[in-house]
Amino acid sequence: MTEKILSRRFDLKDSHTLKVYEENGGYIALRKALKEMSPAQILDEVKRSNLRGRGGAGFPAGMKWSFLPKDTDKPVYLCVNADESEPGTFKDRFIMERDPHLLIEGIIITCYTIRSSQAFIYIRGEYLSQARLLEQAIQDAYAAKYLGKNILGSGFDLDLILYIGAGAYICGEETAMLESLEGKKGYPRLKPPFPAVIGLYNCPTIINNVETIANVPAIVERGGDWYAGLGPPKNGGTRLFAVSGHVKRPGCYEHPLGYPLKKLLYEDAGGILDDLPLKAVVPGGSSVPVLKADEIDINLDFDSVQAAGSMLGSAAIIVMHERTCMVKATERIINFYKEESCGQCSPCREGTGWLLKIIQRILRGEGVMEDIDLLYDVSEGILGNTICPLGDAVAMPVMSYVTKFRDEFEYFIAHKKSKIETMVS
Amino acid sequence: MEKVTITLNGQQIETTTDKTVLQTALDNGIHIPHYCYHPGLSIAGNCRMCLVEIEGIPKLQISCNTFCRDGMVVHSTNDRVRKAVRQVLEFLLINHPLDCPVCDQAGECWLQIYYMTVGQYDSRFTGNKVIKHKKATPIGKWVMLDQERCITCSRCVRFTREISKTNEMVIFNRGDHCEINTYPGRELENRYSANIMDICPVGALTCRDFRFKCRVWYLESADSICPSCARGCNIVIHHNPHRPHKRNGARVMRLKPRYNPEVNKWWLCDDGRYNYRFIDQGRLRHCSVLSPTGREQLYLDEGLRRLAELLRQTPPRQTLLLLSAHSSNEEAFAARRLFDQSLGCLCKLPDEGVFTGDQDDFLIREDKHPNTNGVLRIFGWQTSDLLPMADLLDFVAQKNIKVLLVNRHELSADILGQLDQLECRLVYLGTNVTPAAEAAYLAVPLATFAEKEGTFTNCDGRVQKFSPAFLALGDAAPEWEIYSRLAQHLGLEQAFPSAAEVFEQLRTGNPFFQKLEFHEIGAFGELGAP
Repeated sequence: MTEKILSRRFDLKDSHTLKVYEENGGYIALRKALKEMSPAQILDEVKRSNLRGRGGAGFPAGMKWSFLPKDTDKPVYLCVNADESEPGTFKDRFIMERDPHLLIEGIIITCYTIRSSQAFIYIRGEYLSQARLLEQAIQDAYAAKYLGKNILGSGFDLDLILYIGAGAYICGEETAMLESLEGKKGYPRLKPPFPAVIGLYNCPTIINNVETIANVPAIVERGGDWYAGLGPPKNGGTRLFAVSGHVKRPGCYEHPLGYPLKKLLYEDAGGILDDLPLKAVVPGGSSVPVLKADEIDINLDFDSVQAAGSMLGSAAIIVMHERTCMVKATERIINFYKEESCGQCSPCREGTGWLLKIIQRILRGEGVMEDIDLLYDVSEGILGNTICPLGDAVAMPVMSYVTKFRDEFEYFIAHKKSKIETMVS
Repeated sequence: MEKVTITLNGQQIETTTDKTVLQTALDNGIHIPHYCYHPGLSIAGNCRMCLVEIEGIPKLQISCNTFCRDGMVVHSTNDRVRKAVRQVLEFLLINHPLDCPVCDQAGECWLQIYYMTVGQYDSRFTGNKVIKHKKATPIGKWVMLDQERCITCSRCVRFTREISKTNEMVIFNRGDHCEINTYPGRELENRYSANIMDICPVGALTCRDFRFKCRVWYLESADSICPSCARGCNIVIHHNPHRPHKRNGARVMRLKPRYNPEVNKWWLCDDGRYNYRFIDQGRLRHCSVLSPTGREQLYLDEGLRRLAELLRQTPPRQTLLLLSAHSSNEEAFAARRLFDQSLGCLCKLPDEGVFTGDQDDFLIREDKHPNTNGVLRIFGWQTSDLLPMADLLDFVAQKNIKVLLVNRHELSADILGQLDQLECRLVYLGTNVTPAAEAAYLAVPLATFAEKEGTFTNCDGRVQKFSPAFLALGDAAPEWEIYSRLAQHLGLEQAFPSAAEVFEQLRTGNPFFQKLEFHEIGAFGELGAP
C-alpha cells in the first residue's frame, strides 16, 4: 500500500472541515513555510520535487513559477484552475469536496512563494455543491487567520476569491479562463505573451491546476527530494487516477506516477465490467489518443504514456470493453468538442462541425468509405493549427480511433449498422 | 527594437525585432495570405491563414503574431505550409455560401482571391451548411450584414472597439454557430461605421449605398483627397466609365479611404465617404446669363466675355470676389493674381462653415472645407481676416459693391433679394445648380475636385495632391483655366496653363510653399514650411 498524499483524509468523517483538517496534520506545512522558509527555498523544493502540472500538459510547476518577471511593479496573481471539464476527469472534484483546506493551504504557500497577495479559484459552473463547500472552507480559513492580513503573524497578506464560471469547457484553457475571470467571453489568448508575463488584468499570473497546488503542502513538509522519489525520474509524486467506464469499481485512486495501468484496472478498479474482454483504454481524458487492449501494458507516468503514443493528460482513465461501438464513441467525443469549441479560430470552429457531420452521416448509414480518410484528414488539418489545445483535443482522439478501429468504421459504412451487435451505451 | 535579418523563402530580408514576420513580408512585397490581420487593428490570430514554417519550431506558426528574430528562417510557400493554408481555406469555405454571382463582394473578395491563389482544391464537404439568421440585414445607416458570409475574423469587432471606440459589434454564440451582430437593441451608429465594410475581407459587411450599383471589375480609380473637411483624408474615387447608360450616367460609384500614415491611416468618416453625389447630380454645366426671357445658355467664352465686360465697367474697388476654401491652392493663387493683384478687386474669404461644424478627436474637423489653410496662406491672411457671412450685406452696402462674384457659396433668398435692392450684380461661379446660381446675372460652371488636378493644404499644413478621375461635365473647368481665359478677354497677359505651372508660380513667391515641387509631392503629401 503506497502512501497517500492527496487522498489521505478523503475517508475521514467531515474531512472537508477545518477542524478535521487541523487535527490530521493540516496547516503544519503552512507554518513551516511562513516561519522557516524563504520563497526561494520553497521554489527550490518544488523544482526538486519534479512536480508536473496535473491539468493535462504536465509542465513542471517549479519552472512555471520561475518564469515570473523578477522585478515587476505589478501585482502577481495566482489563478487556480478548478474548471475540471475534460470528460472522464473528476479528481479535482474529490479534492474540493473532501479536502478543500488542502487546496487552500497549497494556495497560501504557493502565493507566498510567488509573492502574490491575490489568488483566485476558477470553478466550473456545474460544480455548485463543491463551490459551496469551498466557499465555506475559505470563510473558515479567513476566520482562522490563514487568509487575510498578516497570516499567522508572518506579515504575509493573501486574499482568495472563488469565481464560479458558467460551465464552458473552453474556460478550462488557462488563457480563456483569464478572459472569463476578467468578465469577458472565454476566448483563449494568443501566446506569446505567456500568462507568467502578461496574464490576468495584464499582470504576471501563475495558473495551476487544483491537484498541482494540493501537492505543495506535502512538498514543503517533507521536502522535494522525498516527493521526487515517489515516482520515476522527472515524474514526482502521486496522482489521483480517475477511473471510469467499464470497470467494476470506478473511482478515484491515488498512486505514485509510474503505477502500472493494468494493475490500476484489474486490482484497484476490480477488473472489467461483467468480465468481458477489454477493447480500449483512454489514459488521460477524452482528448488523448486511445490505447487498444494490447497496448495497455504500460506505466502511468507522463513519459511512459507518451512513449506508448498517448498522453497521461488529466489522468482520467476511461475504460471500454468489447461491447462498445467505437464509431459511436467517436461521435460522442466529436459531439462534445464541437459543442464546446469557442469558435474563435477557423480550423476548430469549422473542423469540429465538419467532423460531426461526417460521423453522424456514417451513423445514419449514409456514409461512404472515403469518409474514414476524410475524418482523418480533417482532424489532421485541425491538429496543431489552432490557437489553443482544444483543436488538438478533438483531432488526436479522432485520428487514433479511425486508425486503430478502422475495421469498425468500414463495417458500419458497408452494413449501415454497428459491428457490435449487443451494444452498451 | 533592433535590426535583424531573416530568411523568407530563401530571400534575406532586413527587418527589426518589433515587426512580425507577416508585416515584414508585406513590407517587402511578399504576400502571405491573411484575413484577421489588419495593420490598423490589434492582432487577433484567429483566421490561421498566415501559417508559416519556422525552422527549429515543430508546429506551424501564425506569422501575424511571430516577431522577427535574427537568423530566423521562414517558409511561407513550401508544401507543408501550402497544405495547411489550403486546409484552413477549405474550413472557412465549408459553411460559406457558394453563390458568388449574387454576392456584391465578388471581385474584391479575399475568399475568391485566395481560392484562386492558394486553394484550387476540389471541395470535400457534402453536408448541409450552417444556417444563420441575418441575411442582407441593415445594421446601420450604411452597412448591410450577411452573417452566413462571415468568417468571424473579428476585424469589425476590433474596429468598433479600438478605432471608433463605440463597441457596437460583437460575436455571439460559439463554435460553428457563432455570428457577428450588433448588441441587442443597438445599431451600428458611429461616424466611421462604413470602414468596417472596407476591412471586411469577405461579403459579410457590404455597403448599403454601393450594393449592386456596379460590379467592381467595371470600376476605375483615381487618387484623390476628401473635400469634406479640413483633415484632407486620402481617398480613391471609384468610378465607372464603361456603363454611361446606367444610373443616369452617374460616374462616381463610391469613395474609399486611401492609406496615409500621416493623415487618416486606413480610415475615412461616413460624412466624407458619402459626400460625392454633387459630382454627378445637379451640375452647373454651362455658362448662363439672366435675360428678360429667363436664363439664356452661353458658350463659355461668351459668358467670360460678358464677365470681362462687366468687370471693365465696374470700378475694381466696387467689385468683390467671395473666395471659396473648396478651391485648390492653384485656383486660389490664380484668383489672387488676377483679381487681387492685376485688377485690384476686393477679395474676401467668408467664415461660412469654418468654425461652426462639429468635430471629434479623430478625423472629423469643424472646418468643412478642404483648403481653408491653403487659401489663408496664399493671401497671407489669418483666420481673423475672414469675412463673417452675417456681415456680407453690410460690407456690400458700405463699400458700395456693384459686382459680387461668389465662388460656390450658397446665398439665402433674403441675401439674394437684398443684393438686388442694393443694385449689386451677382456673378456665380460654382459646380452645382443652386438658388444663387439661378438668381445670378451670370453663372459660370466650375469643375469639381474629381475633375481636376491640384493640391489642398490640410489643417496640419500638409499639401496633398489629387488627380482627376474623369473630364469635367459640359463647359465646367478648373478656376485657373477659367481665370486664364477671362484674363485674355480682359486683355491681360496672364496665363494659368496647368495646375503644375500655377503651383510653380505660387511657390516662387510664397515661403510656405517654396520648398515643394508639384511633381514631387508624393502619395502621402508633404508638409509646407513651418
